[in-house]
Amino acid sequence: MTSLAASPAIGADRVRRRAVRTVYPNWFYLPAAVIYAVLFLFPTVASLFFSLTRWTLSEATFIGLDNFRQFFREPFLIQGLVNTLIYAVVTSGLKVVLGLLLGVLLTSEIIARDYLRSVVFFPVLVSTVGVGITFTVLMHPTGGLINQSLAAIGIEGPGWLTDPRFALLSVALVDVWKGVGLATVIYIAGIVSIPRDYYEAALIDGAGALQRFWNVTLPLARPATVTVVILSLIGGLRSFDLIWSMTRGGPGFTSDVIASVIYKQYQAGFYGLSTAGNVVLFVLVALMVVPLSAVLNRREVAR
Amino acid sequence: MTAHRMRLAALSAGAGLALAAMVSGPALAEEVTLSLLIDNGPQTVAAAEKVVEAFMAANPDIKVDIETRPGGGDGDNIVKTRLSTGEIGDVFLYNSGSLFQQINPQKYMVDLTAEPWQADIQPSFQNVVTAGGKVYGAPFQTAMGGGVLYNKKLYADLGLQVPKTWAEFMANNEKIKAAGKVPVIQTFKDTWTSQLFVLGDFFNVQAAVPTFAEDYTANKAKFATTPAALKGFEHQADVFKAGYLNKDFGAATFDDGLRMLASGEGAHYPMLTFALGAIQTANPDAVKDIGFFALPGDDAAKNGLTAWMPPGIYISNESEHVDAAKKLVAFIASKEACDLQTAAVGATGPYLVKSCALPADVPPMVSDLQAYFDKQGGAAPALEFVSPVKGPSLEQITVEVGSGIRSPAEGAALYDEDVKKQAQQLGLPGW
Repeated sequence: MTSLAASPAIGADRVRRRAVRTVYPNWFYLPAAVIYAVLFLFPTVASLFFSLTRWTLSEATFIGLDNFRQFFREPFLIQGLVNTLIYAVVTSGLKVVLGLLLGVLLTSEIIARDYLRSVVFFPVLVSTVGVGITFTVLMHPTGGLINQSLAAIGIEGPGWLTDPRFALLSVALVDVWKGVGLATVIYIAGIVSIPRDYYEAALIDGAGALQRFWNVTLPLARPATVTVVILSLIGGLRSFDLIWSMTRGGPGFTSDVIASVIYKQYQAGFYGLSTAGNVVLFVLVALMVVPLSAVLNRREVAR
Repeated sequence: MTAHRMRLAALSAGAGLALAAMVSGPALAEEVTLSLLIDNGPQTVAAAEKVVEAFMAANPDIKVDIETRPGGGDGDNIVKTRLSTGEIGDVFLYNSGSLFQQINPQKYMVDLTAEPWQADIQPSFQNVVTAGGKVYGAPFQTAMGGGVLYNKKLYADLGLQVPKTWAEFMANNEKIKAAGKVPVIQTFKDTWTSQLFVLGDFFNVQAAVPTFAEDYTANKAKFATTPAALKGFEHQADVFKAGYLNKDFGAATFDDGLRMLASGEGAHYPMLTFALGAIQTANPDAVKDIGFFALPGDDAAKNGLTAWMPPGIYISNESEHVDAAKKLVAFIASKEACDLQTAAVGATGPYLVKSCALPADVPPMVSDLQAYFDKQGGAAPALEFVSPVKGPSLEQITVEVGSGIRSPAEGAALYDEDVKKQAQQLGLPGW
């Protein structure tokens, strides 16, 4: 409580110092500051506190780091961690590759270009849970459209969501289908903004289509790549809704990711433990994305 | 000034009115509105609507608003959150047994120990809604059994007998498979349906190790190290290894399972008997073909039923109309309410109100179930009613064991680890 009482004083001090340099009166900052403090700062501090307690929503017993110890002992956690990484890398990798290829295709002179652009983008607009439920039906091992189509040409399809070997990857593929439209749009914007002069110069030098793509489009679309990688990596690391609506982490625990492990702890009423899990997830995402973003952006400046 | 004075005048006039109302209270009894929170299972809703309708007809000054919530884990979330934020409403329905213990009854519920209708309630139910020596609930709906639903027609066609031991059960399965039918239906898309081999085996566990529940609560006995308790996990793995499951077991749902059983596509479906309601809705013609037997163990002489208690009706201590709420609960605990429920959803099992009786003509599943209750020592409550310790991940673990992803011994050990958190959260001694 003491830290909470002290913080407004520090805040006020900072505001006063900055006031010298701005044209706005101090109270202009107040509404935003209050909203920020109430909705973001306070919950962050509170969650750090509750992650150190055994919490029943009405009372909290301080138990030190026991929640973190318990969370890391969670037998499914290691698998959840590995799955989260696989999921994030697979989805973000595929979104980069497919998004770039689609971006190149949809900026070239093809017929019905605008129509195709919107078709690629449509899945982004659909609700994730709706997509999950639809694909669950399509991927049913015996009655689903996918395996029935495969059966028609004589192939026995696997249990996409029920075979522990495929469940996570199946969900990742659906995630890519749904999210690639956004990556494509970012790439289209990136590619369109490349000045035509470079392509003309490359043409005069006698570069082929592949060379132009490799030496002009790819390096000059790097800002788009950075954006797509970071957005889809963060999205992949904290992904939950699609996995929950398609497999609920199953069969068993085989497609559990950190977010679904945390949700299950919350559902079971282990509020302190699930809060500790969220703190772990926050640290993990920060640990991965901050250095990645720094490295990618530094290269961009170096260029 | 004038505005201020006018407001004051209005206030005092209002107070006067209120006083007048208070004085003439009984004569001009104002209508009280109670909220009743129940789960959204079609059976629960149908039964509750019928009972509430009759209650409101008998008590015109009390209006009851039924509100529904999802069942399962999402329902647990809602109840726990609404209790702690004081938004649970007046009267609510929730599980008895270990889940009841987890929502802190002493803090949130009205003590119903001294209500006159308690004399008419079976002690076996009172035990599972008691915390700290006080009774907090009344039973709603009927007791259930956990065991195997089977297709009687298929049994008759193949000349099979109801198995009393696990070996007989597996021998039956072999014959069913040879006849080209699915011996054991499993539906892991609805993960909760996977737990019956373990949870429904508890009669056999307590028959072999009578002190298991007590030792388990005190952190002295474990599933992994008690051979009798490990059996449930092993049985689940056995039926998978023998190839007795339906092909789409990983993606099938509870409804799929009942459809397969009703159509005779599959012979056995390990399930709770409350499934009768869903069969009645979806396949009313099949009800006469479905029977029930308890999960068989090693010893035919010691075979018996693992029983589930119905959920309880509780009153929130934040309610502003406790007297009206008590009237509603008393009505729900009466014979009249049992008969109304039977009229609404049919007879699904024995009621926990002593004066209630089932009609003479009940479906075979219910008479099979009743036979276990009628036999002395033929039924014992499931583990979750004799111990507050129940891990949240059992359904995922049994899915893994039942799909061959994890061995039974590892599954049991993992479950022992899982319950530890629950015991610690409840602050039980010895954990």
